[in-house]
Amino acid sequence: MQLWLIPILPFLGFLLNGLFGKRLSKPVINIIAVGSVLLSFVWVLKTLNGLGAFSGGLDETYKEHYYTWIQSGTLNISVDFAIVRLTAVMLMVITGVGTLIHIYSVGYMAHEGGYYRFFAYLNLFMFFMLILVLGANFLVLFVGWEGVGLCSYLLIGFYFLEKFATDAGNKAFIVNRIGDFGFVLAIFLVAIHFGSLDFGTVLVQVKNLPVEASAGIFTTISLLLLVGATGKSAQIPLYVWLPDAMAGPTPVSALIHAATMVTAGVYMIARTSQIYLHSPWALDIVAIVGLTTAFVAATIGLAQNDIKKVFAYSTVSQLGYMFVGLGVGAFSAGIFHLMTHAFFKALLFLGAGSVIHACSGEQDMRYMGGLRKYTPITMVTLLCGSLAIAGFPFLSGAASKDLILEAAYEHAPWMYWVGVFTAGMTAFYVFRAFFLTFFGEYKGKHAQPAHHDPDTAHQDTHHHGTPHESPAVMWIPLAILAVLSVVGGFINIPRFLEPLFPLQEGEPARWLEYVAMAAGLGGIALAYLFYVVSPGLPESLANSFKGLHNLIYNKYFVDEFYDATVVEPMVDGSRQLLWRVADVRLIDGAANGIGSTARGIGGILRRAQSGYIRSYAAWVLAGSILAIAYIGFVGLTR
Amino acid sequence: MPLGPLPAAVPPSWYLTLSAILFALGVLGFLLRRNIITVFMSIELMLNAVNLSFVTFSYMLKRADGHIFSFFVMVVAAAEAAVGLAIILTVFKNRQTLEIDEVSTLKN
Repeated sequence: MQLWLIPILPFLGFLLNGLFGKRLSKPVINIIAVGSVLLSFVWVLKTLNGLGAFSGGLDETYKEHYYTWIQSGTLNISVDFAIVRLTAVMLMVITGVGTLIHIYSVGYMAHEGGYYRFFAYLNLFMFFMLILVLGANFLVLFVGWEGVGLCSYLLIGFYFLEKFATDAGNKAFIVNRIGDFGFVLAIFLVAIHFGSLDFGTVLVQVKNLPVEASAGIFTTISLLLLVGATGKSAQIPLYVWLPDAMAGPTPVSALIHAATMVTAGVYMIARTSQIYLHSPWALDIVAIVGLTTAFVAATIGLAQNDIKKVFAYSTVSQLGYMFVGLGVGAFSAGIFHLMTHAFFKALLFLGAGSVIHACSGEQDMRYMGGLRKYTPITMVTLLCGSLAIAGFPFLSGAASKDLILEAAYEHAPWMYWVGVFTAGMTAFYVFRAFFLTFFGEYKGKHAQPAHHDPDTAHQDTHHHGTPHESPAVMWIPLAILAVLSVVGGFINIPRFLEPLFPLQEGEPARWLEYVAMAAGLGGIALAYLFYVVSPGLPESLANSFKGLHNLIYNKYFVDEFYDATVVEPMVDGSRQLLWRVADVRLIDGAANGIGSTARGIGGILRRAQSGYIRSYAAWVLAGSILAIAYIGFVGLTR
Repeated sequence: MPLGPLPAAVPPSWYLTLSAILFALGVLGFLLRRNIITVFMSIELMLNAVNLSFVTFSYMLKRADGHIFSFFVMVVAAAEAAVGLAIILTVFKNRQTLEIDEVSTLKN
């Protein structure tokens, strides 16, 4: 089936644009970049169709072997690609949403420098992401895993002349190292314990064991994998990099930091679900991590003023939901939410990009407002996305979120209630952003040097007067994503994934659904009350709960906390211990010590070199006498 | 006429003693004299003292090795004499002295 074509096409796009992009004209760059991803999407469709994924086939893993990568003793690691139904969903989402975002980027990046570089990175990202999901063993997955991390770093720091962008890129990369460390340890453990890294071999081995068997090793592997997943998928405690990652261009936030890369952790846990099923304890941890993240990130989202920051925390929160789904054993619900989230969150980010574009680079919602007059298409599409994420009945977000919440209720009712409350907050902050942006009066200033958020300085290359609607190349992807956000819930992913993740028996109580819906609608109504009916209310409320507002406005001071407890001690420790002691004293000391010792010995020995022949002769004589005396006393042994 | 053992021969230890005395004289001359020519002659004296030992031992052990060694030593000594005297001549030409302690530029 030539699975290798799927990732190789974007890679060719990367090579062409990366090597020759400087000399190519923009239309050619567009054709290469968008065309390669589109071809990849077409090839995915053709492959899946050929495997019968759309007509009830693909019950077994379809695997292609390319070559043996590492052969060491009994450990045999090959470069293999495999497709299971889970992979099929991911492939569709990645290439489908990826294509739309590539098209959108053509419009969004039109005025930016480094045009070809942007698309080269974007294509490279697609390549690694596809490797990640196609990989048939842990190591190939890990290659993709690291590759998308690299591309994420490159694209967050795309505006590399800005300090905050490079800082954010570094932060993302370094925080992910912590997660990857856990992931690598998990891979080692799997290799030691199962003697193979192939998903098929390992998972079948695990499946055939009774659930009680050696739970310790499974718990360890599961938790280490979870550490990796919390890094890549921005869960507590490693979520801090994702909000900062918004320093990258908005299409990057949509593609990498909302729709695809950050869901890699969810995919990885679902792919290795057999291991998790053998460790109920680890699954509980996954659920609790997800729930905490969903809740905490949602509260932070309530008080952010940067439109992209709101959606960033919303992404963290929604990823938390997916983890809850995985943790309570509803893997297919988690993957379902992954897909619908890819639709509506990509839409929200692209819509936010369109809004930012309309406001000539302004990202602070306090200086927007009243945009419904200027950007009607963006408004309608964003409304679809917002309703979807808020859990409006029958839209995609509601379908998947309800499944997760129902499974959570089965698992532990308190998780359901926290989830519902979080859903209410989600609806509130998303519609807060929506109303602040599109309702009221336009508050932006035409000449606006006073309010230059550093985050936006780079985009102010072109000043327009009033806000304006985005070009068709930008709003058409928005429209397609809007349609997907509305109807995406009718794609029955749990049914599709049934061969992998058996559906739960029995119909859940209907009221669970109604309560979740009510929470969403309540959140929307509250946002309408606060930001449309009586706009003075939020401020007075914030003033009366100053401490609380301050806390969430400053994101619980988590960054400051990490700075004080991890970063500063690390820097100080490096400076005091590693630099001043280990490097200067130990390493330099050893190197210099050898030199000065040799010089000292030489200083003594050089006194023998008097230059007088007769003194040399005397030394020879003395030496001969010594030798003869020695032989005389000891005798010639042997 | 076959060679028989020498009647009332000089005992080998006398040869060795003479060799030791000659060698010691050579060493002392080398260490104590300052004229390069004399030093050079002391070296020759030591070489020939060793030659005497070689020949003596060769006789005692009834083996030809010692003889061969002494021939080699003579050849080397002849070559050394040629080179050595040439060096001494050049040193004298350049420095107008044969005082051995004056020739110490190898230091530094």
